[in-house]
Amino acid sequence: MAQLKVRIQRSDGIAEYAVAARENQTVLDVVTEIQREQQPDLAYRFACRVGMCGSCAMEVNGVARWTCRTHVRKVAEDGTLTLRPLANLPVIRDLATDMKPFFDKWARARGQFQPKDAPNGAVPVEFAVVPPSSPKRQEADAGIECIGCGVCYASCDVVSWNPDYLGPAALNRAWTLVNDVRDGGRRERLDAVAGDAGCHSCHSTQGCTERCPKNLDPSSAIAGLKRSIFWGVLAP
Amino acid sequence: MRGQVHLWAAQRITAFVLAAAVFVHLATIMLAVRGGLSAAEIVARLSGAEGWLAFYAVFALAAGIHGAIGMRNIAGEWLGWRGRGFDALWLGIGLVTAAFGIRAAWGLYHA
Repeated sequence: MAQLKVRIQRSDGIAEYAVAARENQTVLDVVTEIQREQQPDLAYRFACRVGMCGSCAMEVNGVARWTCRTHVRKVAEDGTLTLRPLANLPVIRDLATDMKPFFDKWARARGQFQPKDAPNGAVPVEFAVVPPSSPKRQEADAGIECIGCGVCYASCDVVSWNPDYLGPAALNRAWTLVNDVRDGGRRERLDAVAGDAGCHSCHSTQGCTERCPKNLDPSSAIAGLKRSIFWGVLAP
Repeated sequence: MRGQVHLWAAQRITAFVLAAAVFVHLATIMLAVRGGLSAAEIVARLSGAEGWLAFYAVFALAAGIHGAIGMRNIAGEWLGWRGRGFDALWLGIGLVTAAFGIRAAWGLYHA
């Protein structure tokens, strides 16, 4: 059987493995096979294996991807795979990154829903009626499916230049809430995402939009934040 | 944070001004050099012309501000030059750049 060459960036350097090249296998299958058959102490992370949880993201031949949804035959170059941990995040070990800075930025961008009708967390008496076809709801729906895998964050040049930059996912989340008519934290949220560490540093190079496995468009969300804040400055 | 937003807004607004001003500037150059270009001709056009003085003063101010904010952002990303001290430095550079342009326009107005 033909062999697949796999180069893995481990904590102590690049390690090379050879596994059988099968007709149908994902990159995650390959990593699992290496861990089970050749390198029991190889660290990586996964949970659902079907593109729901967003925990298996890695850099495959230079591109951040969900390994569970990436077929080897579509990405291998000359029968070789090079795997690295996600960029722009601290590495715990081998292919497992620490997602804490990523999610801390969601909190900094005020990614938490703040009910307008029930600021103290009480359950409102009436349901909020939000027509799905209303423009604001559609704008919010466009970004709501993010599962927080960190692929956009690892693909963002601005994060690599400025470690304080909030990043595409946190800003995309903020934009969905800015457009949520039930939310009462608009002003504080726009303040939180403004400035050099926020949406105003985005160069709109759209690496996030290009790489998002859910086909979301954080780049447009960030442009929306810039627009809202700009008009807020001109006509406060 | 507010200051950073104002810088961003200032850069976008000056970009609008520059887009129009550069167009007028280039069109004037093209029209002016059709019959050859001489210092006397330039002075004749600009001396005592309040409209041109105002145009070039606004142009120079927009260029100084726009350029300095852009340089600030590049220096922040590539060299890690961040903070209030550097902001003050870039503000100074922007205003000095604008002052040179305005001084030139003023000189031609009084020539």
